[in-house]
Amino acid sequence: MDAKNVKLRLGKSSGFQWLIYVLAFACLVPLMAILFYIVQAGVTKINWHFLVNIPKPVGESGGGIANALVGSIIIILVSAVIAIPIGIMAGVYLSENRRGRLAYWVRLCTDILQGVPSIVIGIVAYFWLVRPWDLGFIHHKGGFSAISGSCALAIMMLPIIVRSTEETLKLLPDTLKEAALALGMPFHRVIFKVIVPVGISGILSGVMLSVARITGETAPLLFTAFGNPYLSVNIAKPMQSLPLLIYNYATSPYQDWLNLAWGASLILLIWVLFLNILTKVITRKWKVQL
Amino acid sequence: MITRSDLPLRVINSSPQAIAKAKARARRSFRQIRTENVFRRSLMIMGLLMIVLVLGICLTLAMQSRLSISTLGAKYLWSKVWDPVQDVYGAWPFLLGTLLTSFLALIISIPFSISVAIFLGEYHPKGWLPNFLKNAVELIAAVPSVIYGFWGLAVLVPIVRSFESSIGVAPVGVGIFTSSLILAVMVIPYAASLGRSMISLVPSHLKEAAYALGATRWEVVRSVILPYTKSGLFAGILLSLGRALGETMAVTMVIGNTSDIPKSIFAPGNTMASVIANQFTEADKPVYLSALIELGLVLFLVTVVINLIGKKIIDRFTNE
Repeated sequence: MDAKNVKLRLGKSSGFQWLIYVLAFACLVPLMAILFYIVQAGVTKINWHFLVNIPKPVGESGGGIANALVGSIIIILVSAVIAIPIGIMAGVYLSENRRGRLAYWVRLCTDILQGVPSIVIGIVAYFWLVRPWDLGFIHHKGGFSAISGSCALAIMMLPIIVRSTEETLKLLPDTLKEAALALGMPFHRVIFKVIVPVGISGILSGVMLSVARITGETAPLLFTAFGNPYLSVNIAKPMQSLPLLIYNYATSPYQDWLNLAWGASLILLIWVLFLNILTKVITRKWKVQL
Repeated sequence: MITRSDLPLRVINSSPQAIAKAKARARRSFRQIRTENVFRRSLMIMGLLMIVLVLGICLTLAMQSRLSISTLGAKYLWSKVWDPVQDVYGAWPFLLGTLLTSFLALIISIPFSISVAIFLGEYHPKGWLPNFLKNAVELIAAVPSVIYGFWGLAVLVPIVRSFESSIGVAPVGVGIFTSSLILAVMVIPYAASLGRSMISLVPSHLKEAAYALGATRWEVVRSVILPYTKSGLFAGILLSLGRALGETMAVTMVIGNTSDIPKSIFAPGNTMASVIANQFTEADKPVYLSALIELGLVLFLVTVVINLIGKKIIDRFTNE
């Protein structure tokens, strides 16, 4: 009877083990389905013409997504320029003050910021940076501008950069900093010439992850960068971006626009995957623990 | 922080050139100290900026929703009709839609994310296949939500539609159920990666003790690992919930966007985030706009509370 019982328990054990294997790998099914479908649907749409033209009006076939590509690049560059220095400095502050009262609140607020839904950041950016500029004498509609979108995205980048900077710098040995200070280096030079360069791989991977995250963000741009059917490089005016274009055209009934959206999805996906894999390679090469 | 009075300045050689030289040196080092203090202060200001941002978000939302709070009152949250044309605002359909999609998504995703966590944390922590699984699951979080939405619209909606007609409900395709499916996929990584790190923290002497008593592998998982990590797993699920509540684009694209109260899980509906995304730029009346922002405020507060509870649990767990 005991032997039978043991056999039953062992059977149950391996049964559950297999169940867990199956469920764990079942997660990959939707991911693979999405990747394959996007590649299959998008790859035929992408050609040179697609990359250098702007979308045609309804009824005309062809056209491309040049405006969205240029817009995305500009918006991301501007938000990176805003977020990277602030994020790194705040991260340095947190790693220098590990136990302070203020540092505790800063850390808490960074955590909160990381969890704020992107649509809420869009609303807030609208009231901070779009509404006040909705003046009569500016020609475009409603004060929407690429720069306000960049700021909204910068707010989303900040917590990721801050936390990765802090986590990286925390792991560095204190002796490194002490040695530099003992040589009479001023504090800011110690930070910029010793601490940050040593921790650059971790900081860099945080930056790239945050760029990967904001590249696909649509919700904060709905009320800020707003979208623009034409090519624009003026950051004070509405600008198109890849996710906005996908959102607008994916929900439209025109096949030409859907085609543009598929092509744009594939480009967006490749870019995001590229950044993520690059981050993986960097963290592995430089042995960073994130 | 170093100030001028902290440093005694001593000049030994009293010739005028030496004094001038020493003064210049002192000036230089005070300049350096000043730069240093400015630098330290600017680091602090950048840190403070985080607090200012969070308070600013909170205050802006509160200020802008003041109008709707004062005119519509608290019953706004459970009034059942949303009709901006008639100036009738009730948030219940969206609250219900958000709760339904998020919890349904959680229920669907939990078995999968916990399985991934157990697989990577206990059964196979090392090796190329687990590594592949881990990276792939992280990739699920990396795919932009608008792409999930587009894929859902093109692929999932027709599948759900045929499923609905086969079980005899109105074949709409879009709706709460479809959104929950998409959300379930999207939130798997959050619970899975946290659960994995929690499970790998289980002390091996506990597991070895259970094995020594003759427990099978599954019995160790069920009566040692799961009880030990249950608060951590719960925190992971909370973080998933936080993501699911705030997720906008994918849901907006497949939920159908109607302001009616969903009658079943297959009916189209709207969530708080999706109604904001859809109607914010069309809101032409101050009360309408303010009512939408109040939804944003509710969303913000709920996600903040959920995330903070989750973080607290994780901190307690990892400090023990």
